[in-house]
Amino acid sequence: MPPLARRNLFHDKVRLTVTLTGIVFAIVLIVVQIGLFIGFTSATSNLIEHSGADLWIGAKGLAYLEQAGPFSERKLQQVRGTPGVVVAEKYILTFGRWQRPDGRKESIVLVGMNPDLPLGGPWNLTAGRVQDLKSADAIIVDELYRQKLGVTQLGQVVELNGHRARIVGFTQGIRSFTTSPYVFASFKNAQTIADLGEDRAFYLLVKAAPGTQIRKLRSDLAARLRDVDIYTTGEFSRMTQFYWMFTTGAGIAVLLAAALGLVVGIVIVAQTIYATTMDHLREFGTLKAMGASNGYIYRVIIQQAAISAVMGYALGMVASVFIVRGSREGGAAILFPWELAVSMFFLTLLMCIGASLVSINKVTRIDPAMVFKG
Amino acid sequence: MQAAIAVHNVTKTYSAGDAAVHALDGVDLSVQAGEVVFLMGPSGSGKTTLLSIMGCILQPTSGSVRIRGREVAGLAERDLPAIRLAHVGFVFQGFNLFPTLSAGENVELALDLKGIRGHEARRRAQELLDQVGIGEKYGVYPADLSGGQKQRVAIARALAGAPEILLADEPTAALDSHVGRRILELVRNLAHSQGVAVVIVTHDSRMLEFADRLVHIEDGRIVAPEEAAIPALAVSMLDAAPLGVSSA
Ligand SMILES: Nc1ncnc2c1ncn2[C@@H]1O[C@H](COP(=O)(O)OP(=O)(O)OP(=O)(O)O)[C@@H](O)[C@H]1O
Ligand SMILES: [Mg+2]
Repeated sequence: MPPLARRNLFHDKVRLTVTLTGIVFAIVLIVVQIGLFIGFTSATSNLIEHSGADLWIGAKGLAYLEQAGPFSERKLQQVRGTPGVVVAEKYILTFGRWQRPDGRKESIVLVGMNPDLPLGGPWNLTAGRVQDLKSADAIIVDELYRQKLGVTQLGQVVELNGHRARIVGFTQGIRSFTTSPYVFASFKNAQTIADLGEDRAFYLLVKAAPGTQIRKLRSDLAARLRDVDIYTTGEFSRMTQFYWMFTTGAGIAVLLAAALGLVVGIVIVAQTIYATTMDHLREFGTLKAMGASNGYIYRVIIQQAAISAVMGYALGMVASVFIVRGSREGGAAILFPWELAVSMFFLTLLMCIGASLVSINKVTRIDPAMVFKG
Repeated sequence: MQAAIAVHNVTKTYSAGDAAVHALDGVDLSVQAGEVVFLMGPSGSGKTTLLSIMGCILQPTSGSVRIRGREVAGLAERDLPAIRLAHVGFVFQGFNLFPTLSAGENVELALDLKGIRGHEARRRAQELLDQVGIGEKYGVYPADLSGGQKQRVAIARALAGAPEILLADEPTAALDSHVGRRILELVRNLAHSQGVAVVIVTHDSRMLEFADRLVHIEDGRIVAPEEAAIPALAVSMLDAAPLGVSSA
């Protein structure tokens, strides 16, 4: 096919610019919103996902990570005695008050775990070691929250729930979805800081022996323990994600903004493709008179839409990558996995072709007899 | 001999709001392969309507339209494009070239519709442009061609894929008369050499020498030349006057 679609598209540079701007705008809006959604979602559950545990046991009525209440740790012995359990550890996860050196108070989430086991502990350390948590008063925080927590250096002493605490390490990129940063401590230190009774814990984390059927193990545990809820790590992660993203409405807002981007994109692109079609209406009439089938003419219009889509996609990806990079240091991470990039290509294509349907409808109705009119 | 195209007892009634316009009223016309027919008549007499029906752009209200013996009058709307593509080439008063395609690409597009692509399409497009005398204009865009050159491209495009029928609605109206004469001369020569049946609507009686046959139409009916309200001679006299009909 002679390059009618491409030539007509590039013929009007101003309109092409408007089309591409519309597509890029829509892509960036969608990528940012969906990227935020993914970022938020992963932040809600990253502690669970990185826990290394197979099962989470909490007091009955458990719905999401931060909601847990303390229960008796005496169940720990029963858990450890269950065949298939390799490791079972107490775990603390509770809100606390942090006092900055300048006196300002910040809410934090205190995480207490066993520094000798890789279960529910901090990861991605940039300074210090997990074992450093064994010393008295030791805590580890994330670099992202240095400013929020008023932290400047290792060894700094702060106040947590009125108790003295000392920073022995930093992690990088452990975001919390609630605005309260995670503060890691040994189980014992956390117990003191949280003023938790001797025999209380928030969770029991279970690691199963290799080859164990997790669901089977869970029902074995459920048969032995009373007044607890037991979830696999995957289930608990999804429950927590669902709670924060949908029950609270946070995720809906973000997804609505993404949908808005799509609508804006479709409207702008539909408008400009339609204007281009109207400019060339006589040519489409001529094509019809020459015997072109509707399919042939649709192909010309869809080609225009597809060329716009591919160009807009390329520009939109460049813009998105810059924005995503810029967000890394900020409070909200926009995640941009390759699956999103690939999906965006098809979404852009679909958006542009969808937008050209208005034009296709118009061209279908052209009366080829128009070509005889002066 | 079978006519390239034959219309028989064709009527066409347009409904314009409540009123009905009887644009054609029992028209008979056959054109043989290689024959050049000039269709003449006053404004509103039904020339364009008849041409549209012969070219399968419009369906008649009643009557028969046969292309090489095949009845096409009753065909469904969706079957008409294929008939046009296979049998008919059009030339328009306003050229109707694709402005963003070069002269050669305009012809290639017509070949593409018929499934001729790539190298073969380029070769044939060049051949067609050579035939109409502007072989050196292959890569030139319509905006940079004169009116006569544009109409030559349009003729090359109409003849791409060798249709049996060529229909032209006032192809010289937008051209200077000496340019128009050369265009009609070209069309006649191509019609004779390639055996294409040609119907040309024209107001311009100075061009009559290029016709094999004249057909007059008035109020939607074919009339004998001597009955025509404006005989050829009178038309040519009007043309010569400052307010000639051809300027309308
Ligand atoms: N689409 C239409 N709807 C209604 N009436 C129409 C339509 N097309 C043409 N007509 C009418 O049909 C009659 C014949 O029109 P047609 O265009 O065939 O005439 P013509 O001989 O080509 O005229 P001209 O020399 O002005 O081009 C006219 O009265 C015209 O007004
Ligand atoms: Mg007319």
